[in-house]
Amino acid sequence: MTYIRPQFRHPNLPTNELGFTRQHYEGALSTLCAGCGHDSVSAAIIEACFELAIEPHRVAKISGIGCSSKTPTYFLGNSHGFNSVHGRMPSVATGANLANREMIYVGVSGDGDTASIGLGQFAHATRRNLNMVYIVENNGCYGLTKGQDSATADVGSASKKGDPNPYEAIDLCALALQLGATYVARSFSGDKAQLVPLIKGALAHSGFAFIDVISPCVTFNDTPQSTKGYEFVREHMEATGKMDFVPVRKEITADYEPGYTQEVTLHDGSVIHLYKEGADSVRDRDAALRAVREHKRRGRILTGLLYVNPDSQELHHILGTVKTALRDLGEADLCPGSQALTNINNSFR
Amino acid sequence: MKPTNIKDPEFFHRVVDCQYACPAHTPVPEYIRLIAAGRYTDAYMINWESNVFPGVLGRTCDRPCEPACRRGRVEAEPVAICRLKRVAADNKSDISGRLPKVPSRKNGKRIALVGAGPASLTVARDLLPLGYAIDLYDEQAKGGGFMRSQIPSFRLPEQVLDEEVGYILGMGVVTHFNHYVDSLKGLLAKGYDAVFVGSGAPRGRDLPKLPGRQDADASIHIGIDWLASVAFEHIKDIPKRVIVLGGGNTAMDCCRTARRLGGEEVKVIVRSPFADMKASPWEKEDAIHEDIPIIDNHVPLEFVVEGGKLVGMKFDRVEARYDADGKRSLVSTGAEPVFYPCDTVLMAIGQENAFPWIERDIDIEFDQWEMPAVDRITFQSSNPRVFFGGDAAFGPENIITAVAHGHQVAVSIDLFCRGEKVAERPLPGTTLISQKMGIHEWSYDSQIDTDARYKVPHADKAAALSDRRVEVELGFDVATGYKEAERCLNCDVQTVFAESLCIECDACVDICPTDCINFIANDEEESLRQALRMPALNLDQPLYVSAALKTARVMVKDEDMCLHCGLCAERCPTSAWDMQKFLYQVTKAAPIL
Repeated sequence: MTYIRPQFRHPNLPTNELGFTRQHYEGALSTLCAGCGHDSVSAAIIEACFELAIEPHRVAKISGIGCSSKTPTYFLGNSHGFNSVHGRMPSVATGANLANREMIYVGVSGDGDTASIGLGQFAHATRRNLNMVYIVENNGCYGLTKGQDSATADVGSASKKGDPNPYEAIDLCALALQLGATYVARSFSGDKAQLVPLIKGALAHSGFAFIDVISPCVTFNDTPQSTKGYEFVREHMEATGKMDFVPVRKEITADYEPGYTQEVTLHDGSVIHLYKEGADSVRDRDAALRAVREHKRRGRILTGLLYVNPDSQELHHILGTVKTALRDLGEADLCPGSQALTNINNSFR
Repeated sequence: MKPTNIKDPEFFHRVVDCQYACPAHTPVPEYIRLIAAGRYTDAYMINWESNVFPGVLGRTCDRPCEPACRRGRVEAEPVAICRLKRVAADNKSDISGRLPKVPSRKNGKRIALVGAGPASLTVARDLLPLGYAIDLYDEQAKGGGFMRSQIPSFRLPEQVLDEEVGYILGMGVVTHFNHYVDSLKGLLAKGYDAVFVGSGAPRGRDLPKLPGRQDADASIHIGIDWLASVAFEHIKDIPKRVIVLGGGNTAMDCCRTARRLGGEEVKVIVRSPFADMKASPWEKEDAIHEDIPIIDNHVPLEFVVEGGKLVGMKFDRVEARYDADGKRSLVSTGAEPVFYPCDTVLMAIGQENAFPWIERDIDIEFDQWEMPAVDRITFQSSNPRVFFGGDAAFGPENIITAVAHGHQVAVSIDLFCRGEKVAERPLPGTTLISQKMGIHEWSYDSQIDTDARYKVPHADKAAALSDRRVEVELGFDVATGYKEAERCLNCDVQTVFAESLCIECDACVDICPTDCINFIANDEEESLRQALRMPALNLDQPLYVSAALKTARVMVKDEDMCLHCGLCAERCPTSAWDMQKFLYQVTKAAPIL
């Protein structure tokens, strides 16, 4: 049994503005199958948080049930975490977010957790524009229960020893676009060059940031007949364009390439540069929906940043809630007493 | 870059840093694993096959393996390889049954060896099993050469040396001790098929022109001669105040021996800065621990003699300056010369070769420095019947280098005597075998302990200083030896990559603790090294590059920081990575084990 990760790291590991190395953002050793795409997504989250110099204690990782939902154990070991009920991650995230708006909420879910049992929860968190990053690790099957087709499996796709799937697939990006998500992206676990900037943009975005990451299940759904295997995705993926994320702290640096065609300044002042062909604006929701559908019709998988609305109003703004975390309020504010309640009731009379 | 040819025996050999750095290329991780398994005799025999004197070297080796050790790149200190070798030697059982068989019927070839040091003894050991008749000549009464005359017994007990010299002499060497060879011509005339010169670098340097040298002669000794006189008990004491000149390991042996023979105020005075001294760091530490100050940046000016008696030495204070090429010059500070009183001076300022016994009309070419012309690969001189090795070949080195020479000389002599070309060297033996036993199971201990290097316990200082025969280093006990052995990273268990199986899932990239593995667009080596996830800045370490994969990228692994933990293979869903043990064995004249 060799399943212990050595403590030694490369002596030249870079440090971020906090003086941390990537090692400070690692979690426990993964117990997923060797070669699982989800581990690459975990590595991308580690890389994004390291590069953004996020203080680990400011992050809350929330998940439901499934292979994907186990992964928060495998990254950000110094952050908060809540492994909740199947399909109920959005409710827990909503509650936590309303209680403490100062945290960074990273929800990790799977295609079963989001598109089947949790579809209703997903829809409402999306339309409320809850300020969180919502990552779906989408492998088109129920890996934890031996690989049955999930609701995102494409028609005709077949998993190991499975028959071709007869049902229409739910396209989570299209759904998120229709439901009002304000940052929508699709990526592939095997393409960190694309995935890491997408996660960084999602972390910086104020509002509901949704990333559908195709993340192959090596054990049950990496077959030649599957549309969510490594080989198929590599051969059929197309990117909307390359993306650079420039955090707000770095004013002008050479760490992005010149020649971008679109620039989006996010709520916190950080900037996304897109190197995109075609005239459609990344701020055009309808164009994004059209592009997703058009690619699907051609049998292609459109990846990259599909849509962003940098001026979105997140849930706290919509509700007009108090500006600080509830834990920072004194008892007098939190429990203003029966007279205050009476005053409210009277106001409705 | 082109795909790496892992069939080239030198590629994976370079990855086994310790073995590659060892002049004799001892398979270090292989014997360390055997020590961890408690198989001390097996560990000893692997050493004995390769370096012939494990007990001696486990105490006295210059250990070029340790600065090379990979462990020293990921944490402060390398594995205590040298002292682990001693653990094998100290705990082994009787090996007499394992020694190579020497045929009673000889092959008819007679070989003479001049000098009974490590080089000659290695030649003898490698040739005897092939049926050669070996005559060994040495001016001393016992075998061992400088291992006996120069290494003090508090570092190398005599019985350890006797035992390991004895294994070889016991194989049937005809010894001619107390026999100084004064003519190579005469030796060749005896009809030997080949003669090996392993007579060392026997002449200690002097300062003949320093003022007062002649007048103080009675109180000045050449370090190596003095150490030999102590070893053979011609000298048993020394006056109280001693100055040792020089900064190498011989200086350290002289000063520490002087402390044991009655020297109370022993100083080492050296021309160079402390950091530039040639002595091994641990030798310097041990000298300082025995209350011997090391005074650096002092160049000798004069032996001061009063009333016909040495009373001290004068030194000029200097500082080291380095030019643009890093070349050092010692420049006087201009301060007043310093006087250090003393009763005797030991000079350990280097040694050189001397061949007064080799005639110049027997087809052996000598260069302007009176060194013989010797081939660096075959060790053959311009007289094809005469071979040189050890310090005698290219000047003073160390025991392990002499042993490495000895193996090659034996190969050459065997080829020569069989009428074959000595320049056509047989290839080294290599094997590469998968270590996979099952899921999460490898036939080596792939877990990596974070223990820091263990210290070797020392004998009580007062007891050690009172008797030159008391060994200072006590060696690791079995329990500590096990723990130290577990620090070894098993660099000989190689990560072997099979392109055809790889699905490019990145699992190995994500799990690798030291970020060695990359899937990246191919490029020239220089650009590729910079483009890696962790730039590969150590040019001594190779990149392992695959052929193009399905995505047209290549796998590039920087061997520099690989911990050989096996997690890439562990996390690979298709077994495109496998952990395979690479054993590299230097060609010997005859199979020994």
